[in-house]
Amino acid sequence: MLNPGTTDPSRRVLVLGCGALANELKALTKQADNSERGDIDIECLPAKLHNRPALIAGEVRDRLARLSAEGRTYERVLLGYGDCGSAGAIDDLCDEFERAHAAGNGPAMTRVPGAHCYEFFAGAAGFSQLSDDEPATFYLTDYLARHFDLLVWKGLGIADHPELAEMYFGNYRRVVLLTQTPDAAERSRVEACARAGAERLGLRLEVVRTGYGDLAEAVASVSVASISRATSMETSSATQRKVP
Amino acid sequence: MADAATVDSADADEDIDLSALDDDDLIAQMHDDLYDGLGPEIVEGTELLLGRGWAADKVLNEALVEAMRIVGIDFRDGILFVPEVLLAANAMKAGMEVLRPLLAETGAEPIGKIVIGTVKGDIHDIGKNLVGMMLEGAGFEVVDLGINTDVDEFLGALAEHRPDILGMSALLTTTMPYMKVVVDTLIEQGLRDDYLVIVGGAPLNQEFGEAVGADAYCRDAAVAAETATDLIRARRAAA
Repeated sequence: MLNPGTTDPSRRVLVLGCGALANELKALTKQADNSERGDIDIECLPAKLHNRPALIAGEVRDRLARLSAEGRTYERVLLGYGDCGSAGAIDDLCDEFERAHAAGNGPAMTRVPGAHCYEFFAGAAGFSQLSDDEPATFYLTDYLARHFDLLVWKGLGIADHPELAEMYFGNYRRVVLLTQTPDAAERSRVEACARAGAERLGLRLEVVRTGYGDLAEAVASVSVASISRATSMETSSATQRKVP
Repeated sequence: MADAATVDSADADEDIDLSALDDDDLIAQMHDDLYDGLGPEIVEGTELLLGRGWAADKVLNEALVEAMRIVGIDFRDGILFVPEVLLAANAMKAGMEVLRPLLAETGAEPIGKIVIGTVKGDIHDIGKNLVGMMLEGAGFEVVDLGINTDVDEFLGALAEHRPDILGMSALLTTTMPYMKVVVDTLIEQGLRDDYLVIVGGAPLNQEFGEAVGADAYCRDAAVAAETATDLIRARRAAA
């Protein structure tokens, strides 16, 4: 188990996430990691995988193999992904790593609960409500709003082939920006980006301030301090059960 | 810097005279053109083949469906992505619009009939539309119920059209469980064995297809067309 006092690099935590969550993961790991030496490492995969979900699990596996080859091994990995349209491939990978970890090989690995970042930012109940209110909703996060042109307009091929816009967005009725940043000035900038994007799609914009949502809890749950507390409680509980 | 040969080659690519190609080369060129999403070239090639006496179904199968099958394989293998597939689909659609009236004139019996729709709460139809087009290309009569389809609409369409197959699509993890609502309703009403059920959509997998009680999960449009054909043949062989 993790020991906050150790200097063994293999006993650290890795948060490996989508590049679209880099700012949020950085802020949250800073909060969660109160050790002096920094027990949580962050790695991000390219955000463009957002449009290529079938590739995510393979990219995660490749990155972990590369880190391991560089001597960077971990006790625990949190994937900063939901299912993300991988059709269960990310969960299958987590299961594979969990089984190997239980057998003493490699890191334990879990992902953030939820189907995608929209759900874990808005929370399951909040996202369900948004979906029920208007199924024809296209969601943006801060990152997607900032990079709307690259990831949506160009990434989906609309810039070169405007005729695709109707095929992608013809059924949508609104854009909802789920905004994370606590900074008011940055939020204004993000909202302006989202508004410009919504206008290009010919849709109305609504803004929901979600903060970091369930992502915060997920990152906190893999902090060394959190895991140490859990380990300590398990040990204490086991000890108490032995007392007649 | 490009050399003269490269420039000549590029110019030649831009100026291919489809009418100067023999049938085999024209078919090969149409495969390339559909792959590249070149609708006008597909229409031109389709009309050329028809003008040379090709039957509409032969043009459909050898030029359009085969090209789209290649697109499907490259999509499956991660070589092509959604934008390229949509452009290819648009090119195929352009060719289909030339062929559809001719196919109707032949009076050929469809291989089967399928009712398809995106389930309740879900407005995503790109995949479902691709499936519809590939099924039509494979010789199915397709009744498309569109998006946000509830169980009553599915059942009403089954009663009205009496298809061989019901196909359901979903893009969201929040909406895909609705497929089980539809299948369970079919079971409750004693209708499940009257229809083959296929399901598909990005967040689905084989395990989910089995869990909702579908006859088959189809990972993409090309597989859906192949699977639907195989299921119908198997059912008819067993009858």
